[in-house]
Amino acid sequence: METDFTPYFSIIGGALIAFSVLMMLAFNGRVTGISGFIHSLARGKKSVDNGLFIAGIILGAFLYMLFNSGSVVVREDYSILLLILSGLFVGIGTRLGSGCTSGHGICGISRFSLRSIIATMTFMLFGGISTYLIRHIF
Amino acid sequence: MKTKIITLISGILFGFGITISQMSNPYKVLNFLDVTGSWDPSLALVMASALLITIPGYLLILKMQRPIHIESFDLPTTKQIDLTLIIGAICFGIGWGIAGYCPGPGLAALAFNWKEAFPFLIAVIAGGYISDLVMRAMNK
Repeated sequence: METDFTPYFSIIGGALIAFSVLMMLAFNGRVTGISGFIHSLARGKKSVDNGLFIAGIILGAFLYMLFNSGSVVVREDYSILLLILSGLFVGIGTRLGSGCTSGHGICGISRFSLRSIIATMTFMLFGGISTYLIRHIF
Repeated sequence: MKTKIITLISGILFGFGITISQMSNPYKVLNFLDVTGSWDPSLALVMASALLITIPGYLLILKMQRPIHIESFDLPTTKQIDLTLIIGAICFGIGWGIAGYCPGPGLAALAFNWKEAFPFLIAVIAGGYISDLVMRAMNK
């Protein structure tokens, strides 16, 4: 399905994500890595903090729906097997690589962490390869 | 208590930001990753916009003696660039490109497309455990 280029919503969304990340650092002294929050919560570590941020994400998405549910796209025809396969890879990869788009891509790059810069370039490249294979080859 | 309130508010901002930017729309993510197909560069702008604020923001905040609500900053300390990092990033990229969700947008999608988000997230948690098992076996 084709999607429109939506620069204004992208910029506003990016800015809100940035404010969230900066609040977490300035007040709580923590980087914001969502995969880390999920894996830690699954292991009962810092359950309240991790749980609150995760609940906040879901709540934030609900809030947006209250304002503008018409613009939210719901995909319905995707293979459940591919979703599970995707989740397994994301789970293994974020655990091994200690981060995802937020932890490496935003917080790590903002700290000029070489690890995060390399990780981000790697997962972007392989995300592109993987989508290319799924869409155009298989 | 103060840290908890900040965490919840930050989470809400994050979820709202992900949803308004449509990072939680897997069509949009896959169209961003699919440079050769119907390319949609929107998500590059999400990241650019976020980084334009967080890079100077981090520089300023990390100059403070301590965070406002706790005694010290708690930042990742690993510096090593090793195979684990690279293989992890490769696996994450592959997974992201298969269905178009990364962890944050997967959580946000629970609010409006739980039929996709729920199995994805359960698999993410399972994947985390699989990786622990593999690492443990390799360290023996």
